[in-house]
Amino acid sequence: MPQFDSLTADHALEFPGGYTRSVGPVIGRFLTELRDGRLVGVRTAGGRVLFPPVEYDTDGTPVTGEFVDVGPECTVGAYAWVPRPRPGHPLDRPFAWALITPDGADTAMLHVLDLGVFEAGAKPPKTLRAGLRVRPKWRAERTGTVGDIESFRPDVTMINAPVRADYRLSAGRALSRFLGGVAQGRLLGHRCGVCGKVYVPMKGMCPVDGVPTTEEVEVPDTGTVTTFAVNNIPDPRAPDVPFVSAYVLLDGSDIAMVALVAGLPADEVRMGMRVRAAWRPREEWGQTMANIKWFEPTGEPDVPFDDIKDHL
Amino acid sequence: MGEACAVIGVGQTHYRSRRNDVSMAGLVREAALRALEDAGLTFGDIDAVVVGKAPDLFEGVMMPESYLADALGARGKPMMRVHTAGSVGGSTALVAAGLVQGGVHDRVLVVAWEKQSESNATWALSTHPPLTPSIVVGAGGYFAPHIRAYMRRTGAPAHIGTLVAVKDRQNALKNPYAHLRIPGISREMVESTPMLWEPIRYLETCPSSDGAAAMVLASADAARRAPNPPAWVHGGAMRSEPIFFAGRDTVSPRAGRDCAADVYAQAGITDPRYELDCAEVYVPFSWYEPMWLENLGFCGAGEGWKLTEAGATALDGDIPWNPSGGVLSSNPIGASGLIRFAEAAQQVRGLAGEHQVDGARRALGHAYGGGAQFYAMWVVGSDRP
Repeated sequence: MPQFDSLTADHALEFPGGYTRSVGPVIGRFLTELRDGRLVGVRTAGGRVLFPPVEYDTDGTPVTGEFVDVGPECTVGAYAWVPRPRPGHPLDRPFAWALITPDGADTAMLHVLDLGVFEAGAKPPKTLRAGLRVRPKWRAERTGTVGDIESFRPDVTMINAPVRADYRLSAGRALSRFLGGVAQGRLLGHRCGVCGKVYVPMKGMCPVDGVPTTEEVEVPDTGTVTTFAVNNIPDPRAPDVPFVSAYVLLDGSDIAMVALVAGLPADEVRMGMRVRAAWRPREEWGQTMANIKWFEPTGEPDVPFDDIKDHL
Repeated sequence: MGEACAVIGVGQTHYRSRRNDVSMAGLVREAALRALEDAGLTFGDIDAVVVGKAPDLFEGVMMPESYLADALGARGKPMMRVHTAGSVGGSTALVAAGLVQGGVHDRVLVVAWEKQSESNATWALSTHPPLTPSIVVGAGGYFAPHIRAYMRRTGAPAHIGTLVAVKDRQNALKNPYAHLRIPGISREMVESTPMLWEPIRYLETCPSSDGAAAMVLASADAARRAPNPPAWVHGGAMRSEPIFFAGRDTVSPRAGRDCAADVYAQAGITDPRYELDCAEVYVPFSWYEPMWLENLGFCGAGEGWKLTEAGATALDGDIPWNPSGGVLSSNPIGASGLIRFAEAAQQVRGLAGEHQVDGARRALGHAYGGGAQFYAMWVVGSDRP
């Protein structure tokens, strides 16, 4: 079929200044109350409360002259989520149209439900459901139109409570000495004068005997994995997932320390595996255990389970 | 042990991921009112209030007991807070029992809770101060190596943890308060979930729950006037040990063994598997059932997994463990220990409902916390000791 390009022209049809409307006594009262920041319904001859008020009930009878305060607490009924608002919509971000029934009313009004800030195209939030309790958000300057209510917003059910405590941590004598050693590539510990056990890092005391310890011992940066976890939960201090956090019993120490083990696939790490510290380049060293990136296999034969079973 | 002490009221909230409908005060009050109703009492009848919960960092409320005094009817009364990490629910009950056994009070209200939805427990347990950084991530990251050590030490086959994960969730289906209720829970379902901290799978871990539990503990005189049957305290004990020391047995910590020996001695128990009718034991990771079976002397070393595998700990086994579904099914951390103690009491009161162990007359309640460092246990019975 031959293509036919029709001639087009834009045309806006708008009565200059807008139509005027006399709203009558019932709707007039409703709008006047809106301007004052109040919601009212009107009672029907049958006793129901219509909101927003109308002049005639569905059966054709006039409503009574009795106006009833309703809300401000309201309940959401049916709703439609608008993921991509169009020009002319009341909000320029996703919102819902909802049927909103104020407490004390028997009928609902269609209005805007503002559930917060969402990216364009967002799926409806879980909080959007029939039964949601909401209240009107009033405009500061009101003129007596249904737009005096900017939107309805959910009741406050949750607050945010930021808490922050700032500390200055002091390493103390034992840890300062240990980290001072690590800054020089040395691993230092203490031998308990009572039980003879070596603690690396040293604590300055023996947790079993309850005595201060002072006899310094240097141990090599080689050891044995006693046991370990394969972590599949990402952590900023680990290179990747899965990562292995292991108890490494340094040669000459009587207590294992927790450290990363890497340099081989996680599923090849073994209890009894021999490892050595992988140090960062010397120019990056500080007074921190971060000088040791992780422990990696030495290639020596595994230590028999009997030799590590008392360190589990 | 001093004066006799009995549980005359138990109250629990339903355990959920989020209890956004209530404040912390509303949550604890819900449990407290249920316990008071069970005891036929009101706040006015209570002499003292003891509350327990795990680290303040979980909700970011320091000294929450001060804020909760009004909600728990504690104004003008002695009130104290207990904190022993995950074991706190158990310790709280024992502190309260001590007030009755010491003849100080006739009726003490015990309440423990956690509202885990207010933050994130893994964050709170892994804050990593700069001078002593740790690469342990959360509780699972801490316990996984010790579970691995247990498996290696005993030669337990890999599916034992799965059996516990299924068994406790099957029990939870009979407990209306339980958080995790998974119809059709099966080994396949557990085994299809990812390893979080190998050897711990997702469904082998406890949930994060909001919830509270409460008990009314009473003297013999007060128990006589209670409307429902009491559970009598036959023994209670607490122990602790440092998290790191050379030669520590992290698989079966000595503090746990000593605590069990103490509580059994008080209750006159020499063979817990045969003399107890059921047990509510703190098992937040499935493998801790066989581990605690050994630690608590229900069997010899290396035999725990065989009891689990044989079904001895199932609801129809000879020594049901966690008929309520346990910590694996509901874990408002600070309350989890108190729930164990309370569920043990409900069993010997005959009020456990659908997960009642027929004819239960003596039960163990157990809690542990920290790096398996803090222990609290009690034995309760239907007969006055």
